[in-house]
Amino acid sequence: MEIGPILRAMIRNKLGAVLITLQIAFTMTVVINAIFIINERSNLMARPSGLDEANTFYLSSVGYGDEFNGVVTVRDDLERLRQTPGVVDATVTNAIPVSGSGSNTGVRLVDDEAAATSFAAYYRVDEHAIETMDLDLVAGRNFAAEDVQWRAGSEAITTRELIISQQLANNLFPDREPNGVLGETMFINGSEAHQIIGVVEQLQGPWPSNSSVELSMLQPNSSVGSSATYLIRTEPGQRDRLMAEVEEMLVASNSNRIIRDLMSLEQTREGSYRIDSAMSTILWAIIITLIFITSMGIVGMAVFGINRRRKQIGTRRALGATRLEILRHFMVENLMVSTIGVTLGAILTIAFSIVLTSSFNMPTMAWYYTPLGMIALILIGQVAVLGPSSGAARTEPAIATRSI
Amino acid sequence: MLFYYLRLSALSYKRNPILSSLMVLAVAIGISAYMVIYTLNYVMGGNPIPQKSEQLFHVQLDIGNPNQSFDPPRQLTYLDSMALMRDGRASRQTMSSKFVGIIEPENPELRPFRSVGRGASADFFAMFDVPFLYGSSWNEDADTNLQQVVVLSRELNERLYGGGDSTGEILNMEGNTFQVLGVIDEWNPVPKYYDVNNGPFDTGEEIYLPWNLIPSLELSRAGNTSCHKPVVGVGWQAFLNSECVWIQYWVELETPEAEADYANFINNYGAEQKQLGRFEKPLNNNILDVEEWLIEQEVLPDETKILSALAAMLLAVCLLNTIGLLLSKFLSKSPEIGVRQALGAHKGSLFIQHVIEAGFIGLIGGLFGAVLAGFGLEGVKVLLGEDLMQTDWIQLDLNLIAITMLMAIMSTIVAGLYPIWRACNVNPAIHLKTQ
Repeated sequence: MEIGPILRAMIRNKLGAVLITLQIAFTMTVVINAIFIINERSNLMARPSGLDEANTFYLSSVGYGDEFNGVVTVRDDLERLRQTPGVVDATVTNAIPVSGSGSNTGVRLVDDEAAATSFAAYYRVDEHAIETMDLDLVAGRNFAAEDVQWRAGSEAITTRELIISQQLANNLFPDREPNGVLGETMFINGSEAHQIIGVVEQLQGPWPSNSSVELSMLQPNSSVGSSATYLIRTEPGQRDRLMAEVEEMLVASNSNRIIRDLMSLEQTREGSYRIDSAMSTILWAIIITLIFITSMGIVGMAVFGINRRRKQIGTRRALGATRLEILRHFMVENLMVSTIGVTLGAILTIAFSIVLTSSFNMPTMAWYYTPLGMIALILIGQVAVLGPSSGAARTEPAIATRSI
Repeated sequence: MLFYYLRLSALSYKRNPILSSLMVLAVAIGISAYMVIYTLNYVMGGNPIPQKSEQLFHVQLDIGNPNQSFDPPRQLTYLDSMALMRDGRASRQTMSSKFVGIIEPENPELRPFRSVGRGASADFFAMFDVPFLYGSSWNEDADTNLQQVVVLSRELNERLYGGGDSTGEILNMEGNTFQVLGVIDEWNPVPKYYDVNNGPFDTGEEIYLPWNLIPSLELSRAGNTSCHKPVVGVGWQAFLNSECVWIQYWVELETPEAEADYANFINNYGAEQKQLGRFEKPLNNNILDVEEWLIEQEVLPDETKILSALAAMLLAVCLLNTIGLLLSKFLSKSPEIGVRQALGAHKGSLFIQHVIEAGFIGLIGGLFGAVLAGFGLEGVKVLLGEDLMQTDWIQLDLNLIAITMLMAIMSTIVAGLYPIWRACNVNPAIHLKTQ
């Protein structure tokens, strides 16, 4: 191949080559890092919460007026919900997983204020929670109906049973099987000693952006005041119908309350991850725009270079160069510029990724992103230059003799 | 002369429409992408109350577990806010926190509904320059005497009273009656600096009442509560006596002396509480003004910071592209330039002509870019949705359009400097020979 002549011809128009090189380098930096961010976000969004999200919804009941009786209402509502055809089970809870709103506390293994605490989100529920949330109990037992404390207002908690997520169990007792943590004591809220009676495989806390999202536990008690939140699981495909029917039923059952926040878990998840999905969409827009602009730049510069050298191309053709050789000239020229561009791009990509990692708590980019990006950008360059090059290849040899 | 050069620019655009349009497109895309991200950054990281941000201070007291090295909590306990309030050292001060209540409208056609409100001290409205539509806020007597009065947001006033002057009306909430004292106008500062606990872009509250009514009427608290020690006992009184933080505390201090004095005052207060054994950590109390507070709270999301860097690189690619295209365009005009030089045009006027031509491309790119930025911002608004956060502020304003245009023209001219220089240095002899 005639690399030497191609290189020397290219050096005659240094600026054009430099411009394209820089464009390719910046484009690669942005595109590769953006794709990495998109992949990271979609991995975050793909984490399961442990619940049967597709068939679960929730709503809040808020009572008002003197005639409203919270305890009676909650017991009645749950009874009614569980008897509704199509409903698998229902529970009352203080918080909804992945919703962004809930409660957490610090738990300790020893009763000592100076000891380190572990983060734990808590759900205060009744014995129907495991079935409603569709959790897998990997060790121990569920709460029994008699374990559950229905607290009026701010009455103190007297329950001592806990079901914890496997991740919390692993954090507190590394190297132990789920069965091995049953019966262990955890201290919450100062020196309240609670016993682990069960471990569930997975249950996310309410805050998906928190690194401790998998650390959670269930407590068998419920504060029944004027408001209550019900979590309801339906049989597959029944959710949307039941959302409307259940709301209607609860509204009709008691005139001294309002029903609010009726939402499916899928809607909640969409809201909680809205920033992440918006970010991904914006990044896709940037990626597509950049590739478009850079390809246009490559085409533009190639057309310019070819038009300027139209006569030389004709001369080469007249001297016996085949169309393929002309085509190859411009393809190789682009390949050389692209190679320098993606090499510079690789350095910039890695540098930018290091900045992202150190300033924004992002994980380190996997090694294969950079080489794949280099190959992709070289291919984009070759595709972009194909049109102008085949145009150049159609140059008639006769052009060399015209017009002077 | 300017108009002549502008006409030449237009002619030159028409002669090479594809190349010229490509340039316009590159400038428009680069500038608009950058402006969209710039707007997000500018407003999200901006100063929501520039006229007095240096006089408003957020107060933090470092209570907490001495075994854990957390920063001072964002909010204050009931005990501390009441103590600071009683002293009343600053020229204005307010405690404030959110609550939720069920409003039962007089109008039988309206069903009862839940409303998010804010308890605040009398100074709140004057401190934060809250605009009033009707009536006024309450005074300090209302705070101390637990007068059941409220100020409504514009939306709530529309919902309850059809938007008319509702001062003097009686409102029923949570089984209590309140007299309406005033209605505030649209007021949604971005970021929501006076309470960032539920995110800096949280929507505002609908109803305001004297803060002391929250504990006295035992309203449902909302917002964020954080306790470093368990609450001893049950019920409201036990909670009020606890070490839970849930109240935002702001003071207005007009002079640097007042600021120093107040910092001193809260440090003395902290030292006193340390002696009593309540504050167990080394003294680390803070008063931060609005901008310092927003920076400390890192209200600007990582996402927009990352996007800024990416958008800057996108703009760079677009401008590099423009340099290349301008170069092609000007060099393809070499014969014409050669003729003009031969006819006596000197380099200065050629330079001006080409600066104007580059600026002309920039101008059209800027116009197109402003339109694209407008669509871009609408797109961001749709992506973020209106249900979870305030998005009214995401829009193109005149300022932004002006900046966009200026930036487009300037950056195209800067990108054009080398091509212009090349165009002015065409050797006329070569081009005249080939004609």
